[in-house]
Formats: sequence, structure tokens, C-alpha cells
Amino acid sequence: MDSQSTQTVADNANLSPALRVHNLAFYYGTKKALEGVTVDMYQNQVTALIGPSGCGKSTFIKALNRIGELEGDITIEGLVEFYGQNIYASNVNLNQLRRQIGMVFQKPNPFPMSIYDNVAYGLRVFGRISKTVLDETVEVALRGSALWDEVKDNLRKSALGLSGGQQQRLCIARAMAVRPKVLLMDEPCSALDPISTMKIEDLIHSLRNEVTIVIVTHNMQQASRVSDYTAFFNTDESRIGQLVEYNLTPQIFGAATDSRTRDYVEGRFG
Amino acid sequence: MNADLSSSSSIPSTGVNPEQDISRKGNFLMDEGFVYITLGFAVIAAGLIFWMAAIITEKAWPAIQTFGIPFIWSTDWSVPAEKFGALPYIFGTLVTSGIALLLAVPIGISVALITSENFLPQWVRTPLGFIVELIAAIPSVIIGLWGIFVFIPVFLPVQQFLHQTLGWFPLFSSEPPGPGILVAGLILTVMILPTISSISRDVLRSVPVTLRSASMALGATRWETIFRVMLPAAASGIVGASILGLGRALGETMAVAMVIGNTKRITPSLLDSASTIPAVLANEFAESHEGLHLQSLMLLGVILFILTLVVNIAAVWIIQALSLKGRE
Amino acid sequence: MSTSPIPHPSVSDTDASLIFQPLSFNRTFFSRGMTGLAFVLSGLAILPLFSILFEVIKNGLPQLTLDTLTQLPAPAGMEGIPDGLGNCIIGTLMMVFLASLMSIPIGILAAIYLSEFGQGSAIGSGIRFLITVLSGVPSIVVGLFAYTVIVFTTKTFSGLAGSFALAIVMVPIITLSTLEALKLVPTAQRLASSALGANRFQTTFKIVVSSALPVITTGTLLAISRAIGETAPLIFTALFTINWPDGFFQPTPSLSVMIYNYAGSPFIEQNAMAWTGALVLVFIVLCINIFSRLVLAKTR
Repeated sequence: MDSQSTQTVADNANLSPALRVHNLAFYYGTKKALEGVTVDMYQNQVTALIGPSGCGKSTFIKALNRIGELEGDITIEGLVEFYGQNIYASNVNLNQLRRQIGMVFQKPNPFPMSIYDNVAYGLRVFGRISKTVLDETVEVALRGSALWDEVKDNLRKSALGLSGGQQQRLCIARAMAVRPKVLLMDEPCSALDPISTMKIEDLIHSLRNEVTIVIVTHNMQQASRVSDYTAFFNTDESRIGQLVEYNLTPQIFGAATDSRTRDYVEGRFG
Repeated sequence: MNADLSSSSSIPSTGVNPEQDISRKGNFLMDEGFVYITLGFAVIAAGLIFWMAAIITEKAWPAIQTFGIPFIWSTDWSVPAEKFGALPYIFGTLVTSGIALLLAVPIGISVALITSENFLPQWVRTPLGFIVELIAAIPSVIIGLWGIFVFIPVFLPVQQFLHQTLGWFPLFSSEPPGPGILVAGLILTVMILPTISSISRDVLRSVPVTLRSASMALGATRWETIFRVMLPAAASGIVGASILGLGRALGETMAVAMVIGNTKRITPSLLDSASTIPAVLANEFAESHEGLHLQSLMLLGVILFILTLVVNIAAVWIIQALSLKGRE
Repeated sequence: MSTSPIPHPSVSDTDASLIFQPLSFNRTFFSRGMTGLAFVLSGLAILPLFSILFEVIKNGLPQLTLDTLTQLPAPAGMEGIPDGLGNCIIGTLMMVFLASLMSIPIGILAAIYLSEFGQGSAIGSGIRFLITVLSGVPSIVVGLFAYTVIVFTTKTFSGLAGSFALAIVMVPIITLSTLEALKLVPTAQRLASSALGANRFQTTFKIVVSSALPVITTGTLLAISRAIGETAPLIFTALFTINWPDGFFQPTPSLSVMIYNYAGSPFIEQNAMAWTGALVLVFIVLCINIFSRLVLAKTR
């Protein structure tokens, strides 16, 4: 375990970490799902989390904005720091935390309301906001997710009428409208067709100027296309997930140090 | 080789010649015949509603001919004078059901939320839902009995307090006799609550988990998520459940007949006694003699029948539309 | 692509320590207040059941003796003779038994048609709709119907009329619950049976009904429990008598009508007997309901 607990990345001298995870372990009830994860995710970089199903990637990403604990009996050990602040401290305001660390889910999940109301949702929740500011924010968020031109005439129509790819871009706009510092993406393209997937990937490229992105993906080409850093997760013999290797994406895909990483990225298992 | 196979097979021959068996016409009685028999019973079950409608309308017909449409808004109800009008009973029915709906919807939604959200551990939530639904199993005559001997005495001081402090307000303008409209409304609330809470809970549970996660991930609190996402998503189901509850309240007989005071009266005061269509039927029908009195009571039955039919069909449609949408 | 930074109205350039900023007073107040309100309302919702159970036991138990269960009611105001509700228990059982004989076959066969043969057809969904609507008809209206069909034509109040009314209350409950039970049986089992050459009758009864039998039974028991407690369809069909029931063609006593009549009586002993009747009724009804729910919880 110790060999994996200190992952270092060579080219990080001038990068500051947005999220630092130290020796994180995760339990469902009493069953350990993940252990010994230590990793830094750098500001304005895209970090991809890859690995076979059941290796704990989704579990891990849901620990970063503490949304996982909504879904059941979960215990977490270790440290997660958001710009130096421990997000598991007892006096953390979860609503503020989740506003700072946004999330896009596996399946597009627009609320059953209009396109406009979907994007405005996060802002409205935090208090009364003038219509002009709201309008502007909605427009900027929709432009930012390359959806504005497609929906600008239908802002009052139900978001459920959009195609799957549009819905997912709407969900990204919705998450970005509250201006998070980190955006977590849990396999955002797994339910989409190749063209929609490509658009989302373009979007990830353009968003990295504004936000730090952590993306879980099953698709290794996607990880190599969109990410700056890649973390490879795997399960050990006792079926507990762990971080095997973390490095610059070209390193992981070209010159991985661990044989399991090489086997995985070359498609020999998973 | 074939011979080898058949001799080594452990399955005994059935003695049926396959060719003969296929060409033989299927057993008609046990196939098509069975389908028609079950269809026959299904038609009987469904036909009951038409038979019922026809029979009570026919029996009420002389009253319809005598009084016509004005029966609905006439306030007379006199057996010796043979003058009958439905308005006081329609009034009582609608007002008591309205009170019940007004109170049971927020309480029912609260119960649905408490039993579907994770405010409480599962081992508390399940029995809680079960206890609320058990009220639906208690016969209404027993709820009426409890109403007469327990609820009315306990609630009378509250009614008196309302009258003394808010007596200037028409709704509380009469001296409370004990039984009355407000009591009947509250008893009905208890009775329709399980309908509303259990259906609402099922609807809330069927709202996709990822919608709530998305809302929480944007920084919304639990109650903001409930009001802005969960309840709107479940709205049509909750409306259907409420209408179903209303249908139950409109037709509820025994408990209301026992606690409403049974006076033919149209009054603004909720503390006053009154009567409802089911209550007057329960009170007067057995003693009514053939003639206009009985026919008028039948006509009240027809009005109640139509009222509940409309309400229930609306509820069925809303809930069916919902389940169709859910399947997509 | 150039994206301008998103303007932010309330929070200036964010600082990570914001995550420690407490929720605004309004939002905290709203959350706490709503949670409190929901708990209070839910507490109010369960109060009546506990009060009813408590009062039924408190007021009903003192008079509960063997005599109470086996003797006839004493005439009002008389003291020193055994007082009971034996005739009401027998009357209720008689009428519910006859109502079950009438309604169970109709309900189950109708459900078999709806689930096995009428699925998706216009006739099937039409019939299902009508039966759902029938289940919402007020039971007092069912009483009017039974009065006209049986009491009026035979010129006498009778247990038969009461049974007929109860049967009509039971039919939709049995049909709809059996339908739900049959739907739980996987289609593959039906296909497997048909593929072995079974005819529809055999497939339906040997495969579908037999595997759904526990759930069908509990649904039917719930319908019976409902009929046992029904009052409105009986007050002007079966009427009431303080004598033993005498066949199905005479007025027949029942627990529920006894409770209704005695609850409004000026005699305290009769009020007390109403509570005892309520105790017996609640005991039967709750046993059936709790048992059924346990069975249903297990099968699901």
C-alpha cells in the first residue's frame, strides 16, 4: 500500500492543487470499497480517472463533493482538501461546498422544468437575484456550453424535449452557472452518441480555462484526448479499489511504470 | 443409432402419436371456452356499474319528474309536505369533504415525505407508513364511535374557544353543540389521509434519484430540493391521490352520519351541525315508505353517484396518464 | 472559442474558505422550520390510530366475557340477564360468507381474463376501467342498489340483500388485487407451460394462479376484512335484529350495524356493548390486515 500512497508527478512545479486527497479510504457500511488514495488535482487542469468497472472511480469522485453520503450508509477516512480547506471538517457547509465543487452526472438529468429555469436553478436557490443578472448568467452559461445557438429561441420550453447530448450540455451549463471552482464529471458521455460525445469533449477543452475538471471515464481514447493528468484505479485481490498510478496523461498512455496500467491502457483487460 | 438413443432414453413414452396429436383440434372447452368464461365474468363485474346506475335512476325517476332540475338547489326537505330538495345535503357533503381535503393534503404530503426521505432510519420509516395506512383498515363505524365518545368531548373546548375568540367571524359564529361540520371534516381528514399519503409516497419514490442528487450538487438544501424539484416532479400523482381522497370523503357515510349532528341546514358556521347526502340516506332510508320520500332519497343517491363518479374518473385518468408517462 | 467569465451577483471572487460560511439565516430557518412542521404533521397523522386502538381496548375489554361472545343482546334497560353480541357475530359471518361465495369467483375469473387474455385489448382496458370506477362507488349507493334489487322485489329486509351488497363492494377489490398478483408471474412461465402443450385452462390454473396464490389469498382476505367492517350497505338491506339470524331471508344482525345503532343509544350498557363490538371487529380486521401485509412484504 505504501508504494502507492506517495504518487508524485514530475511536471507540477508551477501548478497549484485545487483538490488534494490524502490517504482516502471509503466504506459502504462496513465493507471497504477504496483505500489509500493520495492524489493532487491541479487547478485549471483536466484530471481523468480511468479503470475497470467496480474499481471505485465513481465512489471516489462522489467523495470529492460529499454527494456520495446522500446515497447511503457511507464512512470516509483520510483527508480531502479544497484549496487547503478540509472538506470533511465538522463545520463545513455542504451547500456552499457543493456550490464550489459542481457535478455532472452519468445520465443527463435536467429537471422537469424549462431550459431557462434549469440553468437559473442554482442561482435562485442561493437567494433573490435580479432578472437582468439572471438572464445574463443563463446566456453566458449556455454560450459557455455551446448550447445557446440551439436553444436561445426556446428558453421557456421544457428541458426534457432536448436530445440526450443537448440535455447533457444543459446539465454542464447548469453546473457552470453557479461558477464552481471544480467541476466533477462522472462518465458524462456514457449515455451519448459519438457526435454528442465529441461536442462534450470540445466543451471540456474550453472549460478548463475557467474551472478545474475531474472526469471519470470508461473510454481510454477519451481520457487521452481530454485530460492533462490521468489516474488509473484498479481493484486488488480482496476487491478493494486503489489508485495504481497517477501521472501526466501522455506518460500513462505512453510510458506507464506499473505493468497493470500498461496492460489496461493497451486493452488487455478491463 | 436412433434405436440406441430411444432405448437409452430415461423418459417414458406417453403413448401419444405426435402426428395425430397435432392434427387433432385443440380442446375447445379448455382453450377458447375458458377464455370466454373468464370474459363473461369480467363483463359481469364491469356491468355492475351500469346495472347499478340504471336501477337507482329508474327508482328515482318519479322524483326527477316531480321536482326536475330545481331539486338540486331547493332547500326544502319535508316528509309531511312531500317537498324535497337536495341543497342542504349537497352543501354539507361538499363543505365537509372540502375541509378534509384542505387538511389531509398537507398532512398527507408531510407523511409521504417523512416516509420517503431519509429524515429517519428505515426501521422507523417502514412502521410509520404502515401505521398511517392501517387507519384505512379501521371500519368507518368504529371511527364514528370514537368520534362520538372520544373526539367530540375532547374537541368541544377547542370549538368553544374558537367561538369565544373568533365568534365575530362567520365561520365560527355559532355556539358549538359538539357534533358539527368541523368535527365531520376532521374525522374525514383522518379517513382520507392514508389514501393521499400512500399514493404520494409511491409517486415521490419514483422520482429519479439523480434529480435530487443534481439539485443537492448545485448547493440546494433538502427542503429546497423538495419544493423545487421533488414536489413539482410528483405533482400530477399527488393531485391524483388528492382527488381519489376527495372521492372517498364525498361518499363516506357512517363516521360522518355519527358526528355531524344530522340537521338539515345551510350555515356559514363550521361549528354548526349539518348533514350530508350519505348521512341523510343512512338516517332516513330504512324508515322511508314507498313514495316520493324514498324516491327523493334515491335521487340524492343518484347525485352522490354522479359526483363520486366524476371525481373518481378524473383521479383514475390522472394516475393512469402518470403511469403511462412513467413507463416511457 | 472565447468564453467570458460568468458574472457572479452575490459572491465575489470565490475563496475556498467560503465552504465554512454558514447557510444564510433564511435558508436555515426554512429548512429547520419545514422539518419541524413535517414531523409535527406526521405525528398528528398517527395520533388518531393510537387513540382509537387505546379507547377501543379501554372501553371494550371490561365487558368482554364468554357470554358476550355467545349470548343474545339483553333488551335495553334490563339488568341481571346475560348480555351479548353472539347473534351479531354469527350474522356478520353468515353474510360475509355468502358475499364471498358470490364475489370471489367473479373477482378472480374477471382478473384472469384481464391479466391473461384481455391484456392490451380495448375490451380489457375498458373492463378494467369500469371495475376501477366501481371500486370508487360509495358503499351507501351500493346499499341503495341492493335495496332496490332484492329488498324491494322480495318485500323484506334480508341477509341475502346484505350479502348481495357486500359482494358488490368486494368484487372490485378482489379483481384489482388479483390482477396485480397475476401480473407478478413472469411471462416466461406461461410460455414454458404452453410450449409443453398445456391448454390455457391448465396454464392459467396450474402455473399462473398457483404461483400467485399467496398474493391472491391476501388480496381476497383484505376484501373480506373490508366487508366485515362495512356498515352503510347493510343498514337498509340486512337491517338489524336482536334475535339469532334465521336463514338468509329475514333481517340479519351484524356487528357493524349493532355498533352504529348502540352508539347512538341512550342506554349506557348499549354504548358499552358498541365498544365491545368495536373491539371484536378491530381485532379481526387488524389481524387480517397485519397478516396480509406481512405476506405481501415477503413476496415482494
